[in-house]
Amino acid sequence: MILRLIFRRVLFLFVVIWCASSIVFIIPRLSKTNAIRERFAELSRTGGFSPDDLEKIIASYSKQFGLDAPLWQQYQDYLGNILHMDFGYSLNRYPMTVTQVIVTAIPSTLGLLLVTTVLSFLIGNFLGALSAWPKAPNWVRAMATPFVLLTGVPPIIMGVLLLFFIGFRLQLLPLGGAHTIGIVPDGSLSSYLDLLLHLILPSLALILGSVGGWVLSMRGMGITIQGEDYVNFAEHKGLTGKVIFRDYYLRNTLLPQATALALALGTVVTSAIVIEGLFGLPGIGQALNSAIRSNDFPVIYGIVLFITAAVATLMVAMEFVYPLLDPRIRNQ
Amino acid sequence: MTDATLVMSLRPSRFWLAMRYIRRNKSLAIGLAVMLFLIAFTVIGFLTINPRHAYPLSAATRQAPSWKYPLGTDFFGRDLLAAMVVGMWQTAAIGLIAGGIGTMIGVFLGFVSAYFGGLIDAIIKTICQILTPIPVLLIQVVVAGSLDKRDVTIMVMALIIVMLGWMGTTLVVRSQVLTMKERQFVAVAKLSGVGSMGIIFKEIMPNLLPFIAAAFVVQVFQAVFASFYLAVLGLGPLREPLLGNIIWSAQGQGAFFNGWWWWPIEPAIAMVLILGSLALINMGLDELANPRVRKSE
Repeated sequence: MILRLIFRRVLFLFVVIWCASSIVFIIPRLSKTNAIRERFAELSRTGGFSPDDLEKIIASYSKQFGLDAPLWQQYQDYLGNILHMDFGYSLNRYPMTVTQVIVTAIPSTLGLLLVTTVLSFLIGNFLGALSAWPKAPNWVRAMATPFVLLTGVPPIIMGVLLLFFIGFRLQLLPLGGAHTIGIVPDGSLSSYLDLLLHLILPSLALILGSVGGWVLSMRGMGITIQGEDYVNFAEHKGLTGKVIFRDYYLRNTLLPQATALALALGTVVTSAIVIEGLFGLPGIGQALNSAIRSNDFPVIYGIVLFITAAVATLMVAMEFVYPLLDPRIRNQ
Repeated sequence: MTDATLVMSLRPSRFWLAMRYIRRNKSLAIGLAVMLFLIAFTVIGFLTINPRHAYPLSAATRQAPSWKYPLGTDFFGRDLLAAMVVGMWQTAAIGLIAGGIGTMIGVFLGFVSAYFGGLIDAIIKTICQILTPIPVLLIQVVVAGSLDKRDVTIMVMALIIVMLGWMGTTLVVRSQVLTMKERQFVAVAKLSGVGSMGIIFKEIMPNLLPFIAAAFVVQVFQAVFASFYLAVLGLGPLREPLLGNIIWSAQGQGAFFNGWWWWPIEPAIAMVLILGSLALINMGLDELANPRVRKSE
C-alpha cells in the first residue's frame, strides 16, 4: 500500500519534471531568436569577422551543438542529457558547464533560503497563533498587526525599502555584495562576521516579506479552532492554557501550515533569487541575473529546470512528512 | 402620496446601501480609496505632464527631487514623475489585460470541467495539478528570456504572464460550480426543462459573480506581480518606464551607492500602493463572497 503510494508520487514527480523540461525545450525553439546568432552578432559588432564568416561560424556551431538534427532527435538527446544532470556548457563562462555554474552557486542560496524560510515560518506561525489566542498578553497580539500590514509588500520591494532606510539613510548596514571591499573571504572569523553583516538586510527582506502571510493564515485557523468543541472540553477538563495552546492549537494547525509551506516553496525560491540579484549576493540569483544580461541561454534554462525539479521534489517529499505530523494519516 | 410610495422613497437607494456596506467592510474601503488615489494620480498626471518625458534623454540627468522635477530624474534623463505616471498606466494595462484573459480562461475551463465532468474534468484537473508545482515565474523567465528583446512589448508581457496564470481561477471556479451544481435551485431548473446553457448563465453564473470578481482581483494582483518580477530581472520591455524596469536600471547603475536614493525608492513605493490596494480589495471581496467569514468578523 505504502509502496504503491510512493510509486505514484514519484511517477507524478517525473511527469512534472518531464513537463517542465518539455516547456523549456519547446519555448526557445518557437521563438525566432537564435541564441548562437545572437551571441556572434554581438561579437561581430566589435569587429573580427565578416558576415560571410558569421554564417559559417553559426553553421559549424549548430552542428557541434546538434542543432541541425531533426527536432525529435534533439528532444530525445535533450531528455537523456537532463537525466544525467547535463545541461550543456555556459556560453559566457565557456569551459564551465551549466552544472558547474549551478553547483558553485547553490550553497549560498541554500543557506539564505533555509535560514529565512525556517525563521519566517516559525515567527509567523507563532505570532499568528498567539494573536488568535484570547489569553495571550495584549502586546503580543498587537505585534502581529504590523506584520499583517506587510503582507502586500513582496520581498523585492521590502529589499529596496530596507536598503533605503537602513542601508542608505541610517548607514547601519552595507548596501550590497557579500564582502566589504578589501576583506578577503579567507575563512577567518572577521571575514565571516563581515559576510554575516552583509546577509542581514537580504534575510530581513525575505523574512519580513513572508511573515505576514503565515500570521494571517495561522490566525484564521486559530479563530476557527477556538470554537471547536474539543477545545471547550479541554478547558472544562481544567487543562492549563499552555497545554491547550501547545497540544490543541499548534498541533492541529501543523498539518495545514506544512501543506501551505510546500505550496509556497516555488514563490519562496523565486523571491530569494530576485533578492540575491538586488543585493548582489553570489548565488543562483546572481548567476541567473548575469545569464539574462549576457544572453547565456543554456545557463538560464539549466537554472530554471534545476529549481523546478528541486521545488517539485521537495513538494512531493513533504507529502511523506505528513504521516509523521498527523497520526490520523499514519493509521490509514 | 400613498404609504407604499412613501416607504419606497424612504428606502435608501442601491448606491447608499453599497456605501453602507463599504463602511462596514474596512479593508474593501481602504483598498478602493487607495485604488482611486492611484487612478486619480495617473489621470491627472496624463493631463498635466508630457508622457514623452518618461523616456530617456528628455530631462537633465541625476537631479534630486526639486520644484522643477518633483520626483527627480534618473541617470538616463527620464523625468521620474512622468515615468511614474506612464509606468503606473502600463502596469495597470498589463494587470487588466492579463487578469482579464486569465479570468476568462479560468472561468471557462472551470465551468466546463465541473459542469460536464468525466474525462474532460479529469484532463483539466490533471493539467492543473501538474502545472502547480512548477514555479510559474521561472517558466515566464524562460519565455521572456527567449524572445528577442525588441519584440517584448506591454502586450507581449501580458500574454507571457497569462500563459501560465489561469490554473488558480480554474480550480476555484471548478470547486464552486461543483458545489452549486448539487443545489436544489439547479435541480428545480433542470426539472423545469431549462437547458445546459440556461442553467449555466441564468442559475449558476449570477451566484458565482462575487467569486469571479474576487478571482479577477487575484489574477490582476498576480499579473502585476509577475510583470514586476520579470521587469526587475531585466526581462521587460527595456525602453518602457515600467516600474520594475526603473528599479532594474537603478540597481544596475548602483543608485544607492551613488546617492541617487529617489530613483529606486519611488517605483518601490508605487508598487507597494498598487499591490497593497489590490490585496485589501481582495480581502474585502472575500468577505463579501464568503458569508462565513463575514459573520466571524
